[in-house]
Amino acid sequence: MTVEIILECKELTKTFLGFTAVKNVSLQVRQGSIHALIGPNGAGKTTVFNLLTKFLTPSSGTILFCGEDVSHEKPAQIARKGLVRSFQISATFPHLTVLENVRVALQRKAGLATQFWQSDKVLNKLNIRAAELVEAVNLAQYMNTKAVDLSYGRKRALEIATTLALDPKVILLDEPMAGMGHEEIDRVVALIRQAAIGRTVLMVEHNLSVVSNLCDTITVLQRGEIIAEGDYRTVSSDLRVREAYMGSEAAHA
Amino acid sequence: MKTSSYTSTWVKMAIIIGIILLFAAPFLKIYPVFLMSMMCFALFAASFNLLLGYVGLLSFGHAAFFGGGAYIAGYATKTWGFSPEISVILGGLAGALLGVGMGYLAIQRKGIYFSMITLALSQMVFFIAVQAPFTGGEDGLQPIPRGKLFGIVSLESNNAIYFFVLAVFITGIFALWRVVNSPFGQVLKAIREHEPRAISLGYDVHRYKLIAFTMSAAMTGVAGGLKALVTQIASLTDITWQTSGEVILMTILGGIGTVFGPILGAGLVKSLEDHLASIGFPVPVLIGIIFVACVLLFRRGIIGELEHFLSRKKT
Ligand SMILES: Nc1ncnc2c1ncn2[C@@H]1O[C@H](COP(=O)(O)OP(=O)(O)OP(=O)(O)O)[C@@H](O)[C@H]1O
Ligand SMILES: [Mg+2]
Repeated sequence: MTVEIILECKELTKTFLGFTAVKNVSLQVRQGSIHALIGPNGAGKTTVFNLLTKFLTPSSGTILFCGEDVSHEKPAQIARKGLVRSFQISATFPHLTVLENVRVALQRKAGLATQFWQSDKVLNKLNIRAAELVEAVNLAQYMNTKAVDLSYGRKRALEIATTLALDPKVILLDEPMAGMGHEEIDRVVALIRQAAIGRTVLMVEHNLSVVSNLCDTITVLQRGEIIAEGDYRTVSSDLRVREAYMGSEAAHA
Repeated sequence: MKTSSYTSTWVKMAIIIGIILLFAAPFLKIYPVFLMSMMCFALFAASFNLLLGYVGLLSFGHAAFFGGGAYIAGYATKTWGFSPEISVILGGLAGALLGVGMGYLAIQRKGIYFSMITLALSQMVFFIAVQAPFTGGEDGLQPIPRGKLFGIVSLESNNAIYFFVLAVFITGIFALWRVVNSPFGQVLKAIREHEPRAISLGYDVHRYKLIAFTMSAAMTGVAGGLKALVTQIASLTDITWQTSGEVILMTILGGIGTVFGPILGAGLVKSLEDHLASIGFPVPVLIGIIFVACVLLFRRGIIGELEHFLSRKKT
């Protein structure tokens, strides 16, 4: 047992006004893995992300990050420790340019976030690093475009570049490919693979073919509870998963 | 790129012409007290805009800082005999102090709740001003002497104080412009654009909001203090919720989140008020009309629409 668990939660529960959205969820994410969290709509996946990053306060349960109890930290603190999330609805700074979006993420670590007496021209020293990150997600030609003017797929790519700018230990991606076409999906898959080198990724994704060839471990959530866990073969042959997941897929069609 | 440097040349020219006009004004026989109080309100609106335009926080209680600054600066000159520059600084400190307290409570909430808390707290400050013995109750503090700058130069004449006001105004606007276009300002814009994302990048947004709120309140206090010296009165009018509403109107009319919008807005609203009051037209009616026109016809405000138009032409 030399595998390290980088992120773990124990019996996490979240109740909204009597409705239990997440129930006794215990999850272990291995360092260096790409871990998927799947489940039908409303299963509680986004809520789990919100709990892990403390955007929501758990009703009960504990969260361990790098072996340390972070259950009572503030969301910004969690991010500073290296557990960084993206959002289900793409989250960019719409009226900042692509370069500026990424630069905002670099500012804090560079110690260039609180100087109100200096010209913002000092931020130009972050441009080289920011441009590298932008190029890595194939947005070089949009460097000076405002984020609001990007296509949906490119916004998501920008979001990934911004997240990577923090050099996080663990990245949480909430449906990074939702609403994308085939080509865009392939591009984002490649991006995630690249981003996962030396890092850990926990992602929510509905597209099962993506999950099957990208992720090492899959956890299936249904009505707030974990119903199965393992690699793709184990999970996809699980009877309850077939029922829950395929059932909902069928309902979609 | 070419067009944007072209427009920025125009902007630079407009600024230079504006400053020259302001310096020349006393020699052009423009009613100086009016111009000076316009500059006070322009600084007020620009400070308010730091919050609304660059952090996305709509304060409905900024009159507390304006009035607070006016009372403190007025009291300092009138009762303690402080020189005007010290009094104005004290006005700024009063604004900052009130700002830290009100800001701390208000930023715990968002959107309309934030605005309502600022309104409620500023009403508390208003009632303190009504009750407290040192504010002079209904009469306010008057007449406030203008004193001697650095204890040497008398500012009693309108021309003398004019240049003092102009210096504070230009310094204040420059300071606000610097904050907006600084590394800190960039983080503020990020918070305005997408607060949860800013949090997820590790920023303590509460801290940033509180600092911005305090800065805005401090500069508003300076504007209030200046106004007390110019008009030689600090009264309850300065601290009413109507004054908070007026500064919102000025900012929206001129253009939220633009450096010069609030200045233009303050100039227009004050000129119109002055003109209409002299012909007996009910001012609140006009304020209402402008407000509706802004919301329906040009949401970006005058400068905002202009910038938008120019940037559209560029592409
Ligand atoms: N802030 C909230 N207040 C009340 N109920 C909530 C809140 N957030 C989520 N829920 C409820 O919790 C349940 C789980 O929602 P969640 O967004 O976590 O699902 P999800 O698995 O991410 O679904 P999807 O695939 O549609 O994104 C839903 O029934 C939702 O209505
Ligand atoms: Mg979700």
